[in-house]
Amino acid sequence: MIDVNVNLSRWPFRRLVGDEPAELVAGLRKRDVTQAWTGTFDGIFHKDISRANARLAEDCRRYGSNLLIPFGSINPKLPDWQEDLRRCHEEHKMPGIRLHPNYHGYDLKDRAFSDVLHLSAARRLVVQVAVCMEDERTQHPLMRVAPVDLSPLPDILKSEPGTRLMVLNSDHVHNLEQVQKILSAGDVYFDVSMVEGVGGVARLAQKISTKRVLFGSNYPLFYFESAMLKVRESEFADKERQAVLEENARRLLGA
Amino acid sequence: MFGRRTFFKYLYGSLSLATVRAAWLSSGNLMAQKPPLIWDVHFHLTSWPGETPEDRMKEVVKVLDRMGIDRVMLSLGYPLLENPSPEQLRAENDQVLRAIKYAPDRAYGFVYLNPNYVQASLDEFNRCVRDGPMVGVKLWVARRCNAPELDPIVERAAAMKAPILQHTWLKVSGNGPGESTPYDIMELAGRHPGVAFICGHTGGDWELGIRVIRSAKNVFAEIAGSHPTSGFVEMAVRELGPERIIYGSDAFGRSIASQLGKVMGADIPESARRLILSENLSRVLTPILRAKGYRA
Repeated sequence: MIDVNVNLSRWPFRRLVGDEPAELVAGLRKRDVTQAWTGTFDGIFHKDISRANARLAEDCRRYGSNLLIPFGSINPKLPDWQEDLRRCHEEHKMPGIRLHPNYHGYDLKDRAFSDVLHLSAARRLVVQVAVCMEDERTQHPLMRVAPVDLSPLPDILKSEPGTRLMVLNSDHVHNLEQVQKILSAGDVYFDVSMVEGVGGVARLAQKISTKRVLFGSNYPLFYFESAMLKVRESEFADKERQAVLEENARRLLGA
Repeated sequence: MFGRRTFFKYLYGSLSLATVRAAWLSSGNLMAQKPPLIWDVHFHLTSWPGETPEDRMKEVVKVLDRMGIDRVMLSLGYPLLENPSPEQLRAENDQVLRAIKYAPDRAYGFVYLNPNYVQASLDEFNRCVRDGPMVGVKLWVARRCNAPELDPIVERAAAMKAPILQHTWLKVSGNGPGESTPYDIMELAGRHPGVAFICGHTGGDWELGIRVIRSAKNVFAEIAGSHPTSGFVEMAVRELGPERIIYGSDAFGRSIASQLGKVMGADIPESARRLILSENLSRVLTPILRAKGYRA
């Protein structure tokens, strides 16, 4: 099983079971995860993102070699972010990056976003965009961050044709029309971590194709079992389940 | 032998619940490993496919079987009405009555009442609970539950030992005008210490909600309807004790899976998990179930 949405380090507002690297790796192995695409909470909040990414790569190697695949954070509002992208790719050998536009203060219409997509496509990096991290209604009163508005995506993707994009942490089921527009514009994938409603993952897959839905848990911020049980709730055929749990992610990374 | 690997095979979907139960039952330590009974206190007919309550309940049962849920507490009909008139209340409750009649071994009913219409609510309680098959009360967002208009409704519920499931939230952006908070339920629970109140969603912002209700022994934390954020159930067990936590999903709007995962994934003793998944609710409902001649 491949989990495309895991994070290392500390969530600033509470300690989590699994927020120590060794504990996280043990938790993933116990749940039969064979590969985890791993970002870092530090990449959301730290200005010295170069160090956060280096630490991520180091922890993935030290604690979860062959299990944790690092996805560094890029903040295109930081000076010389292009060097961070280069290091992620060339020095840390990361296959992809993770973006948090809302926490980093830009929207998808911002030129910076297109620039990240452009340079990432040139390096064949997968780009993950996290729509949100937690329920907007329960955020810390001094850290209220609205979810990323995905509506500009179709136009942007048309102008960046080499992009391989994955949308994390979004309840797509409530806006399937928008999801279809996004899909028709480019090579885009969605994870299941925040998909809600009974059988929501199956409804998403029916609407957009099982090939575009990937297993992501948002562990350890979320209970891993919630994502796992969603797959069960959706009653996929064995082949479809295997695609969501593993094959789609393997194909995307191998492409 | 049932083990962790069997459980994960079940989660994957390659094993049926029946197979997992059989494995559990055939394992060496029956008492320790018997699969937990799961009762869901927060379940709606809204948005399920089907024209009639019976059609919808048929779909509900399919999913309950798939997810290993033994019984649900149904409340509200369709469409969702925040401030229903007396006529609308009757229509909504009629839908639930039809649904539970269709699958009496899989669902109990909680009568939907509106404190803005006190007499109509009392009449509806009599029709559906005192003289009917329902076993609890559901209050939503028509009026904040600290209002004195709630008192006669609560007194009527107390007479039948029917628990009250009250929606609560603590939104950082501000609640709706009739939307209760855990503080409101604490006021109401203080006026009626003998009644079991189920604090729906534990205020959503559970790190606050748990603290708010901590001192009231007659208020239960219900875990439905929020993101499956790690730590919710562990904190509730630590601060309230496992006897005061009740599993619910808020399906259809919420995935049963995402909510059940909060309990299945929590780092708590198995005994606590069983209490949360059904034993606490069963204990709360036992007096009214016995009074109605149901098997408690």
